[in-house]
Amino acid sequence: MRTRTDLRWIWVIALAIALVLPWIFFDWKTSRHSGFVLTMLSEIGLMIVFALSFNMQMGQAGLLSFGHAVLFGLGGYTTAHALNAIRTSGIWFPLELVPLIGGMGGLAFGVVIGYIATKQRATAFAMITMGLSELVGAAALMFMTFFGGESGITTDRMIESSLVGASYSAPWQVYYLIVFWVFVSVALMWLHTQTPLGKMANAQRDNFERTQFVGYDPQLIRFWQFVVSGFFAGIAGSLYTIVYEIVTYDALAASKSANALLASYIGGVGGFFGPVLGATLVVLMQSGLSLLSNSWVLYIGVLFIVMVMYAPGGIVGLLGQHAPIARIGRLHELVLPYVRILVPALITVFGFVLLVELTSFVTIGATQGKKFKVGSLMIDAATAQPWMLAIGALLIGGLWLRLASRGFMRVWDGLIEEAKTLGGAAR
Amino acid sequence: MEVFLVSLLNGLVYGMLLFMLASGLTLIFSMMGVLNFAHASAFMLGAYFAYSISLIAGFWVALFDAPILCGLLGAAIERFGLRRVHRNGHVAELLFTFGLAMVIEKVVQMSWGLLAVPYRIPAGLDFPLFSVYGTQFPAYRAFMLLISGLMFLAIWLALTRTRVGLVIQASLTHPEMARALGHDVPKVFTLVFASGMALAGLAGVIGGNYQTTSPSMAVTMGPIVFVVVVFGGLGSLLGCFIASLLMGLIQTFAVVLDYSAADLLANVGLTVTRSSPFGELLTMPLPRIGALLPYILLVLILWFRPRGLMGTRDT
Repeated sequence: MRTRTDLRWIWVIALAIALVLPWIFFDWKTSRHSGFVLTMLSEIGLMIVFALSFNMQMGQAGLLSFGHAVLFGLGGYTTAHALNAIRTSGIWFPLELVPLIGGMGGLAFGVVIGYIATKQRATAFAMITMGLSELVGAAALMFMTFFGGESGITTDRMIESSLVGASYSAPWQVYYLIVFWVFVSVALMWLHTQTPLGKMANAQRDNFERTQFVGYDPQLIRFWQFVVSGFFAGIAGSLYTIVYEIVTYDALAASKSANALLASYIGGVGGFFGPVLGATLVVLMQSGLSLLSNSWVLYIGVLFIVMVMYAPGGIVGLLGQHAPIARIGRLHELVLPYVRILVPALITVFGFVLLVELTSFVTIGATQGKKFKVGSLMIDAATAQPWMLAIGALLIGGLWLRLASRGFMRVWDGLIEEAKTLGGAAR
Repeated sequence: MEVFLVSLLNGLVYGMLLFMLASGLTLIFSMMGVLNFAHASAFMLGAYFAYSISLIAGFWVALFDAPILCGLLGAAIERFGLRRVHRNGHVAELLFTFGLAMVIEKVVQMSWGLLAVPYRIPAGLDFPLFSVYGTQFPAYRAFMLLISGLMFLAIWLALTRTRVGLVIQASLTHPEMARALGHDVPKVFTLVFASGMALAGLAGVIGGNYQTTSPSMAVTMGPIVFVVVVFGGLGSLLGCFIASLLMGLIQTFAVVLDYSAADLLANVGLTVTRSSPFGELLTMPLPRIGALLPYILLVLILWFRPRGLMGTRDT
């Protein structure tokens, strides 16, 4: 069982990295943490829980939901109301346990929504969750007492009751609270995949009819899977409320649901850890790219389409495809072919990005009186040269990439073929 | 009576517009099993193309060219995108169109700006046609009704009187059998996808200046069209037609009927204010709930009758 021990090490390493990361960006001169980095890391943490809870439906049970953020957002609203109630009533309730309240909120709404939605599966399930998402989204803007309308519900995380005596006035304290809850949630969700419910969710995803023959009720499996997933989405929403101290309509809107979908799918819905990778990547792109470019949604969208078309297993799936070649110890033979496709790929990406940025600068940036600069280099979008460069790079890079990828596939197929025959001989 | 008649006409205009969008989507969904998220994007692109073309060549050229552009785009999407993704199953296809809708929205923002563009009704049609009890009915709405009526007729003739139409009908109800009989189903798919997108584009051309042409029009229209398709039922154009009109009428009438559940309860002698239990829900006026009605209907129909109003198969 070597792989099992390897996995245990990954948990420890990930925890160590999560604990150390904020100190890498620590400013020793002013002895202050970088607020931007802490917020981003916290966002990554809660998005990991959110994406994993989404994947409990999508990856594990084969239920594509377009309204997962409803559970996330309602968990957030529950937390905001709970925090306000704790403050005004003066009851002692430590902040460390508040995410449990959010989780219970997500679970309760999961029971209601799951009861309706899990009567169906496949496309009908996707449609019903979309309908419910629109419904709750519209209701959030209408009903003031629970949702607070457009301004949302504001709250204050400093409720002055804590198990460890922290005030949670500083973002780093909140960050460590989030690290704790993310690890607890991820571990629980991992353990859930090993339970009979988790296994049966896989079974009804893969063979719907046979599950029934074995004597299980797929609808009931779907329902419980949905409810458990709602619990973890609620925890994620709760962490969101604790970080930002406000919940608005955005927390349960369709775009938030789409985020979970993008993160899970880009990371890979097949394995357990895909969404962790995807959530990290999407938040990094969100916070990093959005500083550089208005068009980051476009880049994520294009990345998503490319993944759906060429790598339906996501990043984790792509890595997994290398496993048989690594087993026969021939991975090094792929280095040169990879370099060969990397060059035209970079040229294509460069051309595409330049074209997108030029277009969006002309229609949006220029009207806002901005200047188009790359480092210190000024680019005049009114002249033809940058446009020619962009289109040229895109066309030449694209054609070259097509040719190069054929060569790559030849090497790849050969290696996979050998891995198969060798693997067969070993067996 | 006056309100009723005007709302009826407006509901009809809106319902027919919905039908132009939904008919293509129903065909695509029923034949290919693809819930095309990019369908409303074609509606938006139709409006934007029409705006740009009408600046250069006028509205009447745009009326023909913009839908053709959308149709060509649809053919390209089906041929080079969907067909490739098809191997990975329906969910992958659905996700592909979902990503496409996202990208198209951003591309529209990039190319035409974040705000609405001034796409106006052509001057030749900008006059009141007749007036009902003092309320004027614009000629443009009559023109919209005419175009969508013609469209309905064209679809019906194409489906019942042409060979391709018969193959499409066959693929609607028995997709495997049609394939087994040796019809070039992939080609028919491309054709249906392209014509569906062209129809959505046409709806955009005539709907863009009726509503507003802004980057958010796909996001607002998309879910409603889905509701119509699911409500009408898989594989049934007639169901789709009824659902479109129903949804158009419901939404128009909900806006003009300024009542709430509290008013209803007042008739039986119960007074409800905002502070009483469920007061917020009960005093909510119907025009505000109107936006919710399509989704309530969607959830209810999927819950109790997943095959929709007149569908032949479960969704």
